[in-house]
Parts: sequence; C-alpha cells; structure tokens
Amino acid sequence: MTELTSLTLAQAREKLVAKEITSVELTQSYLDAIAAANEELNAYISITGDQALAQAQKSDERLNSGNGGALEGIPLGIKDLFATRGVHTQAASHILDGFKPRYESTITQNLWDDGAVMLGKLNMDEFAMGSSNETSYYGPVKNPWQAEGSNQALVPGGSSGGSATAVAAHLCVAATATDTGGSIRQPAAFTGTVGIKPTYGRCSRWGVVAFASSLDQAGPITRDLRDSAILLKSMASLDLKDTTSVDMPVPDYESHIGKSVKGMKIGIPKEYRMDGMPEEIEALWQQGIEWYKDAGAEIVDISLPHTKYALPAYYIVAPAEASSNLARYDGVRYGLRVTGDDIKDMYEKTRAEGFGDEVIRRILIGTYVLSSGYYDAYYLRAQKVRTLIKQDFDKAYADGIDAILTPATPSSAFAIGDKEMAADPVKMFLNDIFTVTVNMAGLPAISVPAGLDSKGLPMGLQLIGKPFMEEELFQLSNVIEQAAGSFEAKKWW
Amino acid sequence: MTPVLVDTRTPEPKRFIAGATGDWEVIIGLEVHAQVTSKAKLFSGASTKFGAEANSNVSLVDAAMPGMLPVINEECVAQAVRTGLGMKAKINLRSVFDRKNYFYPDLPQGYQISQFKDPIVGEGIVNISVGPDKKGNFEEVEIGVERLHLEQDAGKSMHDQHPTMSFVDLNRTGIALMEVVSKPDMRSSDEAKAYVTKLRTIVRYLGTCDGNMDQGSMRVDVNVSVRRPGGEFGTRCEIKNMNSIRFIGQAIEYEARRQIAILEDGGKIDQETRLFDPVKGETRSMRSKEDAHDYRYFPDPDLLPLVFTQEYVDELAKDLPELPDEITARLVGDVGLSAYDASIIVSEKAIVDYFDAVAKGRDGKLAANWIINNLLGKLNEVSTTIDASPVKPDQIGGIVDLIKEGTISGKIAKDLFEIIWEEGGDPAAIVEERGMKQVTDTGAIEAAVDEVIAANPDKAQQAVEKPNLAGWFVGQVMKATGGKANPQAVQALVRQKLGIE
Repeated sequence: MTELTSLTLAQAREKLVAKEITSVELTQSYLDAIAAANEELNAYISITGDQALAQAQKSDERLNSGNGGALEGIPLGIKDLFATRGVHTQAASHILDGFKPRYESTITQNLWDDGAVMLGKLNMDEFAMGSSNETSYYGPVKNPWQAEGSNQALVPGGSSGGSATAVAAHLCVAATATDTGGSIRQPAAFTGTVGIKPTYGRCSRWGVVAFASSLDQAGPITRDLRDSAILLKSMASLDLKDTTSVDMPVPDYESHIGKSVKGMKIGIPKEYRMDGMPEEIEALWQQGIEWYKDAGAEIVDISLPHTKYALPAYYIVAPAEASSNLARYDGVRYGLRVTGDDIKDMYEKTRAEGFGDEVIRRILIGTYVLSSGYYDAYYLRAQKVRTLIKQDFDKAYADGIDAILTPATPSSAFAIGDKEMAADPVKMFLNDIFTVTVNMAGLPAISVPAGLDSKGLPMGLQLIGKPFMEEELFQLSNVIEQAAGSFEAKKWW
Repeated sequence: MTPVLVDTRTPEPKRFIAGATGDWEVIIGLEVHAQVTSKAKLFSGASTKFGAEANSNVSLVDAAMPGMLPVINEECVAQAVRTGLGMKAKINLRSVFDRKNYFYPDLPQGYQISQFKDPIVGEGIVNISVGPDKKGNFEEVEIGVERLHLEQDAGKSMHDQHPTMSFVDLNRTGIALMEVVSKPDMRSSDEAKAYVTKLRTIVRYLGTCDGNMDQGSMRVDVNVSVRRPGGEFGTRCEIKNMNSIRFIGQAIEYEARRQIAILEDGGKIDQETRLFDPVKGETRSMRSKEDAHDYRYFPDPDLLPLVFTQEYVDELAKDLPELPDEITARLVGDVGLSAYDASIIVSEKAIVDYFDAVAKGRDGKLAANWIINNLLGKLNEVSTTIDASPVKPDQIGGIVDLIKEGTISGKIAKDLFEIIWEEGGDPAAIVEERGMKQVTDTGAIEAAVDEVIAANPDKAQQAVEKPNLAGWFVGQVMKATGGKANPQAVQALVRQKLGIE
C-alpha cells in the first residue's frame, strides 16, 4: 500500500481538487498495486490500464481547468456484471466468452459522466450466484483478511467478492457491486468494508447483467461510510430505460453523515436471534445496541414474524427469475457456442459447458418451480410470502421504527473450499439468512464493519432502512463507524 | 389460452355435416394474431417497417443483449384499447405482462413477453353476417370474444440460405401483436371466414392493424372439434398460422371431415397442433399434446403491471371512428340500402368514406348504385383500390346529379363515366361540351319518331296488332338521336303515333 492508495475516496477527491496529486499518479499507483497483488488475490478478471490512464489524463485536464465532476479522477473497480463498452463483460461466466458490449450500463455511464476512472472488471460469483466468489469461471477471489496465526485462504464472500477484496486490499478506491440476496453486504462484512444495497429502483438495472430482476440492485462497496455516500449519489438516477427505476430526487447522502440520531428508534427483530448463531455475532449485535443507546437512540424490540420463510422463498423466486433471465445465453448470438448436430444439441452442449454447477443448479430449481403443476405450490406461494415479509417491515415502520439493526452475516469469513459448504449448497445459502429479507422487501440496507472476532476477522452489522431513506442509513450507521473505527487487513500478499 | 367452453349456440340442421352414421356439428374457435399498427416495437424503439433488410430493425433489447430491459410502447397500449373498444369489450385498467418461456433461435430472450392471466382486454363481441343465401338474405350471428392481449412477435428463421445452417432475421422480433381469442362460438367454415373478415374490417377501420394477411400482419390459429349436434364438446385440434381467409375455410372443412371419419371409424381424436398444406388441401400433424411445451409462465419482473385510468379509456373512446355495425345500421335504416348493398359499402372504410362523400346532399340509393355497379366493378376490373380511383367522389356525384335532374340518361351516364375515367374533367362541363344532353324537346323527338315510322310502314302496320314492336321503334329512335333522347318521351310518342293504347 502506497501513500496514494491509502487515501479514501473523500481524501483523494480533496487532494485531486487541491491539485496535490494527479489522477494519473493515483491511477498508476492502483495499477501498480493491482499488478503486484492480483495474481494472489484474483480480484480483477480484466485490467484496463491503458484506458484508465487515458481517462485519468482527461480527468487531470478537467481538474486543472476547474471543471471536475463529483468523482473526477477517482479510480474505481467495476463488477463484471456491469456492461462496459468494448470491455470484458461476462458476469464471470464461461458462457459469455469474449463478450464485449457495444453499450455502457446506466450506472457506469453515470460514474464516467462524473469523471471516474475505470481500472478494470472485478471478479464475482458466476452470474452473481454464490456467497463465496467460488463459482466464478475465473476462479475464487481471496479475502485480504486471514485469521490470526493462519495463512489459510479465506473467501471474501459473494457474489461481489472481487469488489470487496479490491476495496479492502486497496486495489481500487471504491467499487461497484450488486446485491440480489446479500451480495454487497455479506462480502462487505467479510472484508471489513462498507456496502450498501439501496432501495429497489434507486439505481438503474439497465446494462447490468440480470440475475433475478425483481431483487437485483446495484450499490457501492467502499472503505468507509462517507465513500459509500459519495459513490451512491453518483450511481443513483432515474432511468427511463428501466421501468422499475424510480423518479425521486437523489439526496446529498454525505451531508447526513454526522447528524444526530437522538430520539430515533432502532428496531431489534427477535426473529434474527437464530439457534446456533455464534456468540461473537450475538455479542456484536448487543454491542451495536449499546452504541445506539449511547448515541441517544431508542431501542425497540420488534417482531418480523415471517422472517423464517424469507430464505426458502428467496430460493424459489430468485432461481425462477434466473432460469428465465439466463435463457438468452443460448450460443446463437454472442458468447460461447459449442457446435452440435442440430439446434437442440447446440443449445445443450453450449449451456452445459458454458454454465458452472451453481448456475445450472439454480436454473434447474427455477425451471422446476415454474413448471406447470408446481407454479402455485412454489412460485405463487413464495410471492405471497414475499408480500407478508414486506408487510412485516411496513408495520414496523408504521409503528415509528426508523431503522432495524441486525447482524450482517451469521459468521465471519470461512475458508476457500470449505468442505461442509461444498457438500451442502443449503449451508452456503444460509450465509444470506440476514440479508435476503431486505431484497424480498425491496428495502435499503447497509453493512458496516463493527468489530473483529476472536480469530481477528471482521464482522459487520446491518441496518435496514425505510424505502428510499438511504440518507437515514448514512446518518445512523455513522454511529457504528464512529464507535467501532475502521479495520485494515494486514498485507500478506 | 384455452377459453372456457360454454355453448352459446342452438344447433341448427342447416349447418350440420352429414356423416355416414348421422349428422355432426363443427365447433370452431379462433385465435387471431394481429400486428399492431405502430412505428416502434412493443418494448423497444426499433422500427416496425415491413420489408427492411434482414436484421436492420433490431435494437439491443430485441437482440436480448445482456442487461437489456423492456420499456412499454404506449402507442401499442392505446391501439389495444381501441381494438377492445371496437369489439365492445371490457377494458382492464390493470393488466400484467408475463413471460412465456421456450427456446428457439428466432426468440432471442428465450421467452416471449405476453399476457397470460390478466390481459388488457376482456370479453367482447364481434357481430358477423353470413351470406347472402339464395334469397339474398344475410344471417346475423354474434360471436363472443374471450380476450385480447398484447404480446411480442418472434423473429423469422430461414432454412434455405445455407446448406447446413439456418439464418435468423430479427426484424420482426418484438413487434407488438394483439392476440384476439374468440369463444368457441362458430359452427361453420363460413362463420369462421366471416369472423376473420369482420375482425379485419374492424381493425382496419380503427387503424390498429393493417390486416394484410399476405404480409403476415394477421395470422390465425384455428381450433376445430366436432360433436354430435348439441352433444358434448369433442377434443379439438389446433391448425396453426393460417394467413388466408380462403385457406381457413378449406382447412376447417378438411379438418372437420377428418375428425368425423376418425370418430365414425370408432377412433378418437388426439389433441394436437396441425398445419394446413394449401397445395394438398389437407392438414397434417405438427406436434401432439405430449410434445407441447411447458411455457412456465410467470409475471415479467422487468415490467410493472400495466395500469391506466378509465379517463384514459374514455379519451380513446371519444376519438374512435364510426364502426362497421353502426354504419350498416345507418345505411340500411336511414339511407334505405339493402343489407347486401350495405355490406359491400361497409366492407372497406375507404368505400364508406367515398360513399359518404358522394351521398352528401344526394340520393343515397342512387349514389350507392353507382358506386357498387359502376365504380367498384371498374376498379375490380383493373385491380385498383378505391383510394387510387381516377374518378373522384365529386365526379360520381356530378354524374348522379345529371341523372337525377334528367340532363342525361342512364346509358349516357355510363359513357360519361368512361370518359371521366379516361380523361377526367367536370361531368356537367363534358356533357355540355360534347352535346351529351338528353333531348327532352318534344318537337325534335316527334320529328325523329315520324321519320322512323315513315321509313318502316310495314312494321308500323304490324305494331297495331303486336304492341311489343313499339320497343323496336323506340330503339330506332334512340339510335337516330344518338341516345340523347329522353327514353320516356320517346316511348310515349311512339305509342301515341302508332296508335297503341
């Protein structure tokens, strides 16, 4: 880590504007850091150095003329799920081999319009399906964190594992990520970074490779809260190309950091107190409650009675949508094609070779639950559960709760190639137990680093907010960040 | 979607098909896929222009590139609502787009966006008129419409461009279709043909579909089953993708007899999808029910439910044109046309417009006669549409006026029409310039009559016994006057001079 790569987004922004540093210097430091670390950490699957430096050059010109945008000259990592014109965009899948779109996702376009620089495309679970970044066609990403006294490689979480690792290991200032069931918040918690999943509809889905359309939502992963506030403001917009995008002003999230939380009501849902939850997680949660009490917030026990149905319902809805969304990868127009005797043979060979096991598993589940005769029992019922989950939250908020505090994950990072997880996909699914409800209800939620466990690994707390009240999440989670401080992985790579 | 089977018709022997073991009744339901008239596709901005170079009207959405999202084209929604209103149907203020999942190279998304459970338009009616029978009568039948929904069209696979590969043209991919599903209310091929014809007329009047079946703008899936008159509904077969009204009739006739033959042989009908071979005039199996796709319908999560207000519907209703049924009622009731003549006028909106222009302030019956007997005949002869007619409504109107005021005879009027067809011009002026005016001057006619009688004394003698010969004299006089003499005046004078009472 150089002096330059140690800067947060807010700090770098300040120095760039003050012309203490240039974007080219900053970008070059990151490219150097990536070159040195990526073989070990595998966070990037495509590095766009020349393009980055060219962008940085232009940023410096704008900065010099005083015309810099909100993110002028800031080098970012972009999750491989976002379409970037002429650049590797494969959702970390074999089936999109060689695919380089002729279009730019709305979110990344927003970032470039604000002056950001792209360092490259970040590794992820294939099609964002996974909680450990082990399903990537490009191999697993390593967490920069290791347990004390151990050199065992740990997962960074998933699906935005590349984003989380790149941010935590200072291989970019900040990164874009996406969250369908916890894919921003769980990796953030595993890597000691901040990740926010905004309200469904806050960020455009146009040009983001779809996993489960009704759940997918993009957001930032950053080193601290302020950086998330800055990046989210640029990412969020109304987009007429996405019907589910919402026409609401994007507030200045940054200005809400530091506001008093006195008198605000924090809900503590009893249903999140799970059997077999590690004591350390329980203790962390209790610690969070104490911090809020100290800050003058009111702690209220609440009930979200349908929580236990969220995970099973999620694993019906998400695969169902995915099975349909991924039908377009058929070898006909782009990406991988494995030739066959006829069209059906070509489809089968292409999809069998192009998709990894986890993706195939979810396509099969999704196809099954939508099948004639099963639709009502699975998909329709899951949608009803979803409505009930939403109502649970609506009721809590109607009762005056401002935000809900929960652990972000049921554990800290686990080992790459964990045998138990590999043997039982449901164990892997359980990683999302605290996060999926939020996607099912379309709510915003943030994961903030709150402490280290006994192994010295980071753990996060999650705050769930009211629809389109992301600014309150920034206001509230500042309490955790102030109390817990920030966490840096010891460099071993 | 299979409509709920409700029998709305009373079995009538005249429609029965005689089998070896007794009479049978054919039951027909139709699914009409009508391409919505709009500049852009249902969920993308790509052009819908017919006949463009392959794959030139394709957006990123149509090609199903990763991360692309559909956005509804509001004009297509308005067109569907208009069509629903044209069928006096229930308009659903909230409808839902679903995905119909299946793999095919001309379906890039791997699913078609359609409406399954909650269509934009619910039940409606299409009144059809079957006939005329030998006595010139029409039978009016009300056919129920189950629903109308919006959906995307697929692209086109081409299997003749390469020895081992197929090519795909995505120009049609994503174009908006309205699928109009009838109730199983039709009981003969004539009724089915009349229904498609009427539906086509309605959408053409509304401007919601051009109805050009030869270009694929309207395609019909025909569901056919047979039963003993009034008995239980039989198993149906679906004949897919018909694009000619004549073939629809042929296919139904063939299919009904095929099913009857199987049943009379003690067999049973397999529910299946069939194709009609117009060369052989028969249907053949395409796929059986067992091979039918499981389309795994579910609401498209990329699209919010389609919601609009009653005010929006009312606004569209306000601007609807006068529709065929209303015009027929006007033509028969107010103008006094026969049902047959009215049906010819109403068959195309352009003819109605033409008729209305001619008939304005004139004798409607005479106007209709002229349009039907002279203009349409001539247009048909030279394969021209009424829009492109060289003779314009004011010119036909001028001819009608000249007849009506007795300036020209019907025969001269026909000559005048030919002149105008070839050369154009103002009818009254032409009549004036070319001396085509009817001679009503009794003196001149009288002289001509006298001349003819004087030249044919024998015939004049015979005519006293055989009054029919008067007609010959009239003909001679007309010939002598170049057809300009008023025939009634000639008739009267001939009879008077010959002494026929």
